[in-house]
Amino acid sequence: MIPAAFEYLRAHSIDETCAYLQQHGAEARVLAGGQSLIPAMRFRLARPAVIVDINPVAELNYIRPDGAVLAIGATARDVEVERAPWIADRRWSLLADVSRVVADPVVRQMGTVVGSLCHNDPAGDWPATALAGRASVVVRGKAGTRIVSIDEFLVDSFTTTVGEGEMAVAVHFPVPDDRTAGSYQKVERKVGDFATAAAAVQVSLDANGTIRHAGVALSAAGPCAVRVEEAERALAGQKPTAELIRAAADAAARRSVPQGDLRGSVEYKKHLAGVLVARGLRQALARLGVQL
Amino acid sequence: MKIKVTVNGISYERDVEPRTLLAYFLREDCGLTGTHVGCDTSSCGCCVVVMDGDKAVKACTMFAVQADGHEILTVEGLAQAGKLHPLQQAFWDQHGLQCGYCTPGMILSSYVLLKHNASPSEADIREGLAGNLCRCTGYQNIVKAVQQAAETLRQPAGAGV
Repeated sequence: MIPAAFEYLRAHSIDETCAYLQQHGAEARVLAGGQSLIPAMRFRLARPAVIVDINPVAELNYIRPDGAVLAIGATARDVEVERAPWIADRRWSLLADVSRVVADPVVRQMGTVVGSLCHNDPAGDWPATALAGRASVVVRGKAGTRIVSIDEFLVDSFTTTVGEGEMAVAVHFPVPDDRTAGSYQKVERKVGDFATAAAAVQVSLDANGTIRHAGVALSAAGPCAVRVEEAERALAGQKPTAELIRAAADAAARRSVPQGDLRGSVEYKKHLAGVLVARGLRQALARLGVQL
Repeated sequence: MKIKVTVNGISYERDVEPRTLLAYFLREDCGLTGTHVGCDTSSCGCCVVVMDGDKAVKACTMFAVQADGHEILTVEGLAQAGKLHPLQQAFWDQHGLQCGYCTPGMILSSYVLLKHNASPSEADIREGLAGNLCRCTGYQNIVKAVQQAAETLRQPAGAGV
């Protein structure tokens, strides 16, 4: 299984990448970590005529606080999130959890956060995480730079708002306040398999212990990652209780529209989505000192 | 496309098609067949090599052109002056293999694991090697081998082995 032949272009800056992408249009694909693109090319599910390798673009290789957001550049690897000095801070517990369960430890040394968002696999881990963390994606193109909310960015399976001649240069996660914690819950048959179901949760509390806002999203629950708005609305402004968690979990199970396959039936996966949201909420709240 | 890759300290200059995967470059262009190809779909970890000293990568899921200008370590580069690397010796001593097909990948993933964590717990080792599949051993002896190698590598230079 060798990929179809392609023209290989090596970019050294964002401008050079965009110039190549504008020149080759729909024929071109960006190569970052390659951990989804290369297998797709090997199976001939993808046959790009032109590959633009952005790995040498130094200005894309960063993870840094940038004012009110944490900015993750397009070539920052999953493992760099996993080993970041700030990752043990509970505010980043959603990112800490997910960074340990994406694919497998070797794939994480090449795979990138932004690449996962751009690939937008229905069972990917980063799209649901970005929804729960209310991230946005920085997209660069001919007309300049635009910042797109993750809800708008994720369009459909393997489809985003990145258009021809454009590239995603970074993802921005808003820096949570110190009464915020998250959790990522994933069930997979074995390490490295696609999720049977997964839930990303992030909760912020008020000083009096009321939920100020909550992010709840699912992976492997439809054509692409979904935000469970009903659960988020139900949680906001309430004191956390076991009943409230059950209501959020039920909303998640209703919102999930999975495909039945070898990993489980539709009924099982819907049930699992609810269970994982409940576990995620309990863990996030426990990290904030609220045991339920 | 002309590329120059340093493999086990030796510079290889070759003209490759961009679609050549690193695993096949190592095996067919460099003649280093210690890098195995198992699943061919980035699941099994048989093809793991070390890039730039501290990064384990699946050579079946990377193009050779991406390694241009980089340093690659394969299993052939571990032994020095006829003496096995502590990881190789430990896999031998602990019987950390049966058929041996996964072994180069296991050893090189372990090599990077120990670079980042000199004293891994059993859980650290099992999690660290979760990207490498072995169909023979049940992993018990692989874990023991990595524990032995970790201990050897923690000794001051010149001691142990």
